[in-house]
Amino acid sequence: MQLYLPIADLPVNVFLILAMGAAVGFVSGMFGIGGGFLMTPLLIFIGITPAVAVASVASHIAASSFSGAISYWRRRAIDPALALVLLIGGTIGTALGVSTFTLLRSLGQLDLTIALSYVVLLTTVGALMFWEGLLAMRRIRRGVPAPRRTHGWIHTLPLKMRFKRSKMYLSVIPVVVIGVVIGFLGAVMGIGGGFILVPVMIYLLRVPTTTVIGTSMVLTLFTMLFATVLHAVTNHLVDAVLALMLMVGGVTGAQFGARAGQKIRSEQLRLLLGLLILAVGIRFAVELVIRPTELFTIREIGVNE
Amino acid sequence: MNARGCFAICLALLAASFATGEANAERLIVSVSNHRVTVTPNYSGEELVLFGAIERDAATPAAPRAYDLVVTVAGPRADIVTRRKERKFGIWVNSDYRQFVKVPTYLALFANRPFDDIASADVARRQQLGLDNVLLTQRIGPDYADVVPNDAFRSAFVRLQLQRGLYREDTSAVTFITPTLFRTGIPLPAQVPIGTYDVEIRLFANGALVTRTETAFEIVKVGFEQFVANTARQNGLLYGLVTAAMALMTGWIASLVFAKD
Repeated sequence: MQLYLPIADLPVNVFLILAMGAAVGFVSGMFGIGGGFLMTPLLIFIGITPAVAVASVASHIAASSFSGAISYWRRRAIDPALALVLLIGGTIGTALGVSTFTLLRSLGQLDLTIALSYVVLLTTVGALMFWEGLLAMRRIRRGVPAPRRTHGWIHTLPLKMRFKRSKMYLSVIPVVVIGVVIGFLGAVMGIGGGFILVPVMIYLLRVPTTTVIGTSMVLTLFTMLFATVLHAVTNHLVDAVLALMLMVGGVTGAQFGARAGQKIRSEQLRLLLGLLILAVGIRFAVELVIRPTELFTIREIGVNE
Repeated sequence: MNARGCFAICLALLAASFATGEANAERLIVSVSNHRVTVTPNYSGEELVLFGAIERDAATPAAPRAYDLVVTVAGPRADIVTRRKERKFGIWVNSDYRQFVKVPTYLALFANRPFDDIASADVARRQQLGLDNVLLTQRIGPDYADVVPNDAFRSAFVRLQLQRGLYREDTSAVTFITPTLFRTGIPLPAQVPIGTYDVEIRLFANGALVTRTETAFEIVKVGFEQFVANTARQNGLLYGLVTAAMALMTGWIASLVFAKD
């Protein structure tokens, strides 16, 4: 069944989009992430312009993180204070990100920036995760306990605050900074940022695993809602029809993914996720390096009549 | 025939020849099959039909002339930027660009035989026959100009528009049903921009323009998709808020549906 996407200006097959939503939802449910880093590239690969893909995926991630956040809230696995401090940074970062997005688009360098950011971010994070997963698997095979982590320089920063539910006493500076970075990346790249946020919160801030995913979902939820509205106001690029199909497919797939994820050991999960992220990053890199078949692109910049 | 009757006919002929401004008076009468094309969500391209007749009156030379017809359909105009990728630091990036100023977003050039056969190269250039001769103004720095047809940006622009089906050139599209009755199809792909389309029909004989006429049609988009697109452009904030609310609703419904297990 064909459906015309009003903003992307493209006819698409409804079942293809639903299937893509479900597939990405499955993966996101399995790893406890939003899945934007997979969804945005997939949309770009089927011919939707990167700008529309980024803007529309934001609302899709908002939907999946909201349904996730509700269930984590019920299990009291969200730290409201930590989420709030992250959000202060997230809001600033999103606003910065959307204005950067608008600027780059007018310069004609948006597509390149999106592609480059994907290459850099995904290959780095993917490789790190893959490596970390390998190490963890080897440790377990040899029966060596995980090395004890010492408190780093992060914990010497001023402006400390008590986060009750996470049982932490921590400076707000790194928390706000992380929020800014995630909000910025999310708005420019069309990712929720969960796949970066969760490891960063665990390794850098030492947030306990009980609250880390739920709290990161709250940040993703709000930054993505904010990004949706800002993209709609400034660039008119949010395709609501596309977004709705992705949401429906995504939230359904996520439920099955979450069940599948429980059957896999966490270090194997990290290894798989690392490989997946790495693969998407490499796909973007290849695209940039090989000579494109069409060197020219055209874009309408305003109808006069 | 009495003298008064003869005088009346002479007057009528005189009036007719003044009206067309031509000594040998042919007139074009045309009509398109539909003056208002409605594009619905499941629109997958349509073809308008243009019918016309060449009307000859008594002043027309008795010897049968070989007529040629050129039909130009131009959609709403817009500024379009064409960018070229170049290899920099090992990767392909957009570097140079040209802005095409107020060029048609849809352009179809149809004729009954190749433009070279219809008129000389000089006439073809003046009359803008063929995509190579159509005026496509570029802004190059502070200057506005059309460039040679084989300019890299111009030819890329035309090529991309041809690929999208928005620019067309077909020198066998116009068919003569009788020596004075003709028709042509105007294909309108699904991605046609909305707006007013001007149709110009020009009649050539012996390599020279004889007469011309114009008509127009309008393309409107209706349905839910268009409503969404309009709202997105006109009420960005409201649209964004509704989309955000939709995201929350979907997430909430999902958590209700799947909460049991």
